[in-house]
Amino acid sequence: MTQVRVLAGTRKGAFVLTSDGKRRKWSVTGPHFAGWEIYHLKGSPADPNRVYASQNSGWFGQIIQRSDDGGLTWNPAGNDFTYAGGDPGTHLWYDGTQRPWEFKRIWHLEPSLTDPDTVYAGAEDAALYRSTDGAGTWTELTGLRKHATGPQWQPGAGGLCLHTIILQEPRIYAAISAAGTFRSDDNGETWQTVNRGLLSDGIPNPDAEAGHCVHHVEAHPSRPDTLFMQKHWDVMRSDDAGENWTEISGNLPSDFGFPIGVHSHEPETLYVVPITSDELHFPPDGRLRVYRSRSGGHEWEPLTNGLPQQDCYVNVYRDAMAVDTLDECGIYFGTTGGQVYASPDSGDTWEPIVRDLPAVLSVEVQVLP
Amino acid sequence: MTTVRVVLPGHLRNLARVSGEVDLDVAGPVTVRLLLDALEDRFPALRGTIRDRVTGRRRAFVRFYACEQDLSNEPPDSPLPPPVSAALAAGAEPFLVIGAMAGG
Repeated sequence: MTQVRVLAGTRKGAFVLTSDGKRRKWSVTGPHFAGWEIYHLKGSPADPNRVYASQNSGWFGQIIQRSDDGGLTWNPAGNDFTYAGGDPGTHLWYDGTQRPWEFKRIWHLEPSLTDPDTVYAGAEDAALYRSTDGAGTWTELTGLRKHATGPQWQPGAGGLCLHTIILQEPRIYAAISAAGTFRSDDNGETWQTVNRGLLSDGIPNPDAEAGHCVHHVEAHPSRPDTLFMQKHWDVMRSDDAGENWTEISGNLPSDFGFPIGVHSHEPETLYVVPITSDELHFPPDGRLRVYRSRSGGHEWEPLTNGLPQQDCYVNVYRDAMAVDTLDECGIYFGTTGGQVYASPDSGDTWEPIVRDLPAVLSVEVQVLP
Repeated sequence: MTTVRVVLPGHLRNLARVSGEVDLDVAGPVTVRLLLDALEDRFPALRGTIRDRVTGRRRAFVRFYACEQDLSNEPPDSPLPPPVSAALAAGAEPFLVIGAMAGG
């Protein structure tokens, strides 16, 4: 019988939420790694029982955990994220000076589409790592951090984090706050900026090659050259592998936000969660609304059925939205208020799976045969 | 060879999968570096959690105590003060690794 497994990373541990294909009744296990920040956990598409988790603490640093049984049991894996090549060099700091790269945490883990033992990790300060031995050892793909624009990268408010990894091997996309989006066509050896068309008011050069505060990027597997982006402000799309971007914010009540999702069977159906502004990290008017576009952007409809429509002041972080692959596509997102919402009908109706978790940092979903 | 009792904070006990004190064998005069080397050799999952992998510096919110003395800033290669060494070697006192009270 089909089973759906939602992996939620929170400020105080990881939770595994499971249901059958109807996605109406859920069971919850956790917290795993209680008390630790779990920035992200994600299962391998090639082996759904292989799950990787990024576990972090301000006291004890970075741990990577690995499960081989779908999150029932875990073992610590490798956590040596030393920057390759000795002196890591410097990047731009808030006061205009240069500051040495300093590893802080892993924001995102992206398992290979084909090999359970291969997994990529996105770091703060920004760097991309790859493991080919099930997270035992990590190798930095230095071409990204050593890109010519690297010394100009400046942390966003959340840190200089590499938060998005899209694998279309040999093509890889990576996105960094606040540097922008990058593409490699050779398995991560060399990289180019793909930020043309992004406009960011408030930076010295609004259409700079790098320096844009990209919040999240998604691509539908059937259209690898089409990318959708939630930027700090602006929702954007590219139809040429990031070479050019156009704005698709249209009638959204705010085009500030963090996550963006793409329907698993309709590559022009998108989901965003508008947030009031970069000063007010909560939904406009205290109403939690997911906005859906069925036309690839520009025209958006609010989805409210089952979501709180008054006195709601939560945020939804960049990695906290996911879609499943069932025939009737399920949409999931988690909030800073500790709710994980699920829609089993493409966003038409919503229900909370859980209401009172710690602040949710990430949500991923797996469909198990 | 000196056997030293070491007490870890709860999160690191969970990571190392131990429930109580840890007994570590240290060759020669007890130093912070030798203790941590022995700890990490026995529990590789703790590498990077107490001190930086590259610089070897203690993480900011981890502290070391023994015999009611703060040893956090002892030079890592200096033998611990004689009264502390004696108490550790005799098993009379443990070496404490503590997650600092750092809230706000």
